[in-house]
Amino acid sequence: MSEGTALRGALVLEEVSITSRVGARLIDRLSLTVAPGTVATVMGPSGIGKSTLLAYVAGFLDRRTFAAEGRVMIGKERLDTLPAEARHVGILFQDPVLFPHLSVAGNLLFGLPRTRWRSRAQRRARVSEVLAQAGLAGFEDRDPATLSGGQKARVSLLRTLLAEPRALLLDEPFGKLDAPLRAEVRAFVFAHARERGLPTLLVTHDAEDAEAAGGPVVALNGPGGVRPPCD
Amino acid sequence: MLLRLAPAATLAVLAGPVVLGLAFTVLPAFGFLPALGGTTFSLDPWRGLLAAPGLSTALTLTVGTGLATTLLALALAAGLCAAVAHRPGMARLQRLMVPLLASPPSGLALGFAFLVMPSGWLVRLVSPWATGWAVPPAGLVTVGDPLGISLVAALLIKEVPYLTLMVFAASATVPVERLMAAARALGRDAATAWVSVVFPQLYRQVRLPVFAVLAFSMSVVDVAIIVGSTNPPPLAVLATRWFLGYDLAYFHTAAAAATLQLVLVALAILLWLALERPVAALGRRWLARGSRSRAAGGAAGVAGAVAALLILLGLLSLLAMLVWSLAGSWRFPAALPDSWQLWLWRGEAGDAAALASTSAGIGLAAVAVALVLTLACLENEQRHGLHPGAAVQWLVYLPLIVPQIAFLFGVQVLLVRAGLDGTLLAVVWAHLVFVLPFVFLSLADAYRALDPRYAMTAAAMGAGRWQVFLTVKLPLLARPILIAAAVGFAVSIAQYLPTLFAGAGRVATLTTEAVTLSSGGDRRILGLVAVLQAALPLAAYGLALALPFLAFRRFRGMA
Repeated sequence: MSEGTALRGALVLEEVSITSRVGARLIDRLSLTVAPGTVATVMGPSGIGKSTLLAYVAGFLDRRTFAAEGRVMIGKERLDTLPAEARHVGILFQDPVLFPHLSVAGNLLFGLPRTRWRSRAQRRARVSEVLAQAGLAGFEDRDPATLSGGQKARVSLLRTLLAEPRALLLDEPFGKLDAPLRAEVRAFVFAHARERGLPTLLVTHDAEDAEAAGGPVVALNGPGGVRPPCD
Repeated sequence: MLLRLAPAATLAVLAGPVVLGLAFTVLPAFGFLPALGGTTFSLDPWRGLLAAPGLSTALTLTVGTGLATTLLALALAAGLCAAVAHRPGMARLQRLMVPLLASPPSGLALGFAFLVMPSGWLVRLVSPWATGWAVPPAGLVTVGDPLGISLVAALLIKEVPYLTLMVFAASATVPVERLMAAARALGRDAATAWVSVVFPQLYRQVRLPVFAVLAFSMSVVDVAIIVGSTNPPPLAVLATRWFLGYDLAYFHTAAAAATLQLVLVALAILLWLALERPVAALGRRWLARGSRSRAAGGAAGVAGAVAALLILLGLLSLLAMLVWSLAGSWRFPAALPDSWQLWLWRGEAGDAAALASTSAGIGLAAVAVALVLTLACLENEQRHGLHPGAAVQWLVYLPLIVPQIAFLFGVQVLLVRAGLDGTLLAVVWAHLVFVLPFVFLSLADAYRALDPRYAMTAAAMGAGRWQVFLTVKLPLLARPILIAAAVGFAVSIAQYLPTLFAGAGRVATLTTEAVTLSSGGDRRILGLVAVLQAALPLAAYGLALALPFLAFRRFRGMA
């Protein structure tokens, strides 16, 4: 994953507010700048609207259930007016969400941009290369259902990174892993995000995650309550 | 952009023929039909209808068999679910019901008629050693009995599996295990627990299927022709007979009868709705009494046993048709044919293959259109975050709840005017009206339940909406899509009245042929037609299960 280390723009949230249509204000004028290569953390108990915030940034917010305003930008380019597929923002969920009908290579090829990697041979070679770098050499034709939890998590991250995102969103991606694996996967994800200079936004309810992230931390305290970021 | 039109197009396909058809049934019923010179309203058609001999018996038969079938089907299906809810036999039971769910009602009715008729299989199995009958007993009236008992039984063979499946499907939305555990901890036996805490929560969800059963049993024509009494037959058969007589004098009477059919079904549904509250109140009183009696569990057990017996009878009916299609000569009271032959399958193969391919062609065309419309509606719903309410559910059920004769009559009037009657296009459209609701209902839950994070993940990697639809959603939903297609195909194969009306009697399918032959045709040819009637949908189910299995056999996550 050596290419793409060129410094890209920061992920900027400007006065983002999200209100549930039934009336509760989940996020109130949240402003946050995530510099390239840093991992910012949004903390808070479950049900507070953390995932909703990521859905807004990525472009998946259910507009029937939520009203939202505020700018989302990469550097100076505005994202919140673009459809999800044009934002180039990678997202990892609590589950690896590997496509069950595709092999490991098929999953990775799905994200690889056709514009940069054209020929079939080139694309396969690129996939094999990143698999080998991640300690998964020879896994190309494996059924994702047969992988271990840690292997699935790694394939999921590789898939996201191959799509060359400009920012990375992490929706409690370590929440379902048990303790030893959790630290390993976390280190793997953060290392790749930093190496590629990606601005990364992590939501979690686990203080250990926030500590490991080492970036700014925002605590959501329920309707109306946002503590300013502190380093 | 075309996608946005999908709901409107679907509505036009579903509600258009129903609403327009109803209008052009009701207008002639009051004498108004300019094409036939009727430009003023009159009550003559109704006078003609009221003067028809045996009308009151026909009406009693219609309402009686309809209500009896629906009540019994619901009670038996609920009893079966209560009896097996806590047992592992559920999966096996569902597999046993597949041939019955796939087979057209007319094919099952033909087999059932042969089982119970005086010269039928059941009598043969116990004759002459137990009964002493060397010739078919003359005094025994079974098929076509004036009370409609055999009609009710033949309908139950089809409707009990259907409602059982609907109750199973609804169970998925309720925490059955925990509810049952709680009730059993409070001292109820398993069946009573299911009846008292699970069923009341499921009832609301199976209400529309119950109304579909009610409308169908009151207005069914093909099954009633095969096993119902003939003099007089139920109202829908009477109306069809007048209509097909092509005697213009009876045309308006037929329209009045079709309108009356609509009124009867509407009244029956209203009656059912009116009785729901008092029945629910009685049920609550029974629950509040806190009785630990096992009577309810016992009743459920009996109902379950009767339901199981009906399923067995249904499977025997199919087997009987297969045996007939292979029989050389089969004299009474032999339990099996005296000789076997294959000549029928070879000799008649040409005619049968032509019928089968027409039936399959119409079915495939209707299913293809239904699938495109259904997928477009569901994808449109997801793209715009729509949450369709109860009104949509009612609209989808509309063609299943309005009696077929009541609007097909008007559809035929319109098709004649448009010069489309008797064309395959008209027949496919008429089938589509009934195929589409089943395809939609069968696919909607699976489509809506697909984990949205697959599509989100794909979009986050830059995949556009169509790419996500084609490369992620379609393969992940291959199994439910193909099952929905198979369900739709089975529905199309089963259609009698829509084929007859839209086809103007000129388009012959396996089902129209089965009904035509049922009055005195060669039993062996009937057997062949009925076997093909069941075989086509079963083959479709088989393909729907096999294709995804073969395509994704490498992937355990797709099992």
